Amino acid sequence: MLDALATVIETAEKTGKPFWQIVEEDSCQEDAVDPKTAFEQMRATYQAMTASLADYDASRRSASGLVGGEGEKIEARRKAGRLICGDFVGRVMEIALKIGESNACMRRIVAAPTAGSCGVVPAVLIAVSEKEDFSEDELVQALYVAGGIGGVIGERAFLAGAAGGCQAEIGAASAMAAGALTALYGGDAAMIANAAALALKGLLGLSCDPVAGLVEVPCVKRNALGAVNAVTSADMTLAGIKSQIPPDEVIDAMRTIGRNMDPDIKETGVGGLAGTETGRAISQRIKL
Amino acid sequence: MNVMDVIGPVMVGPSSSHTAGAVRIGKVSRRLLGENVAKAHIGLYGSFLATGRGHGTDKALIAGLLGMDVDDMGIPDAFDIARTIGLDFDFYEADLGDDAHPNSAKLELTGVTGKSLEIVASSIGGGRIVIQELDHLTANFSGDYPTLIVHNLDQPGHVSEVTSMLAHKSVNIATMQLYRDGRGGHAVMVLECDQEVPASALVWLKKLEGVEKVTYLSLLEDIADDRIAHHKGGQHA
Repeated sequence: MLDALATVIETAEKTGKPFWQIVEEDSCQEDAVDPKTAFEQMRATYQAMTASLADYDASRRSASGLVGGEGEKIEARRKAGRLICGDFVGRVMEIALKIGESNACMRRIVAAPTAGSCGVVPAVLIAVSEKEDFSEDELVQALYVAGGIGGVIGERAFLAGAAGGCQAEIGAASAMAAGALTALYGGDAAMIANAAALALKGLLGLSCDPVAGLVEVPCVKRNALGAVNAVTSADMTLAGIKSQIPPDEVIDAMRTIGRNMDPDIKETGVGGLAGTETGRAISQRIKL
Repeated sequence: MNVMDVIGPVMVGPSSSHTAGAVRIGKVSRRLLGENVAKAHIGLYGSFLATGRGHGTDKALIAGLLGMDVDDMGIPDAFDIARTIGLDFDFYEADLGDDAHPNSAKLELTGVTGKSLEIVASSIGGGRIVIQELDHLTANFSGDYPTLIVHNLDQPGHVSEVTSMLAHKSVNIATMQLYRDGRGGHAVMVLECDQEVPASALVWLKKLEGVEKVTYLSLLEDIADDRIAHHKGGQHA
């Protein structure tokens, strides 16, 4: 698996191949799969993402009762034209919340990279597919870009809250989504990596402190944060704003921060929000 | 980790380790048992115990024992389905010791023909699992490959018998591990293979002197519990 975004950028400059194709060829070679079969498998994954949104039902509640109906609230305000952030960013937020909620309610989702962060990547891809005239093939290619970025983060650092905090879940998902968006809007490999770096920088240090240890609070709402952060990172990149720290070094910083993080805020349900008076009370109530 | 592991799996939420991994533990356990499960006595340990109910870990384990995959929408209804078809199950708080992985379960299974198997397994993240123990002996395999587990007396020649047989059947060994509880005691070999081991070879192995038990994880057979189809019309799929 690719272990540096710099390698992808170099290969792209040498061969003229797009980012997604470099990721696809690398993964097919590793797994001895033919590219066509792999691409169709990725298409099925994209369709599973759109299906996970179509499946949304605002009346569902999670096992603890803490999650459900949030996405519909944003949808109502968006449709009334009353969101401060406007229609497009509102739609991104809405999709991220809806898919995150569905996950908490034991519905079918695509872990990208994890189940807890499953709303981020589909939120930006589906929202831009409604706004622009992208073909399904282009959206599947964007998923390869996201997968390539996530793969590098996994190789250099981690993709699990228990290992590196929420920066390794929502942070990674946001970096993946930012890169995918940048690719769709014509960014080259260096710009894709730059967008991923900007997105991850914004979420470095984010703790994994879920109340009662469940993938509910604050996980669902952090999906909205990660998705919107991806949009701003892609826009900054496309406007020519550069990350002063190179992308691979940003990922390495995430690893260092994750290693230094106290176990109480790495998915143990002990510290942070889980450890607040209210968090502890909720945890007690659920256990009874 | 490949790109499909990063963008995937397609799964029923909420947690890849506590839900998808638990389904896989159940499913691999059922395959190791080699028949439909009649009875399951399941101990939850660590984080599986502390947060398992909220993550649906208990339902996910039963769903796997019913043969469901990680994306099966029937997972939340697994208890009802199990009760309908007469799969008898219960859960308890297990103490697997300080060295056990925090996401672990111990499953004591009885099959419909009376076969039994005890499994300790852990969910290690992203839906990946490790089978730690089979019938009290160390096992340590992922369930991602066709896997042959041979329990034998610790005597010279058994490894050679097994590997020669695999060579004869053109089965390539991906990984191989050997454990024993003491010199001349009980031993186990775990072989992860690149190809399926033929059924005839398993029958032959079972008859060898000094071989106590042969367990095989096939990745071919992919049938859900046929008792479900009769009762639910396959609606869980």
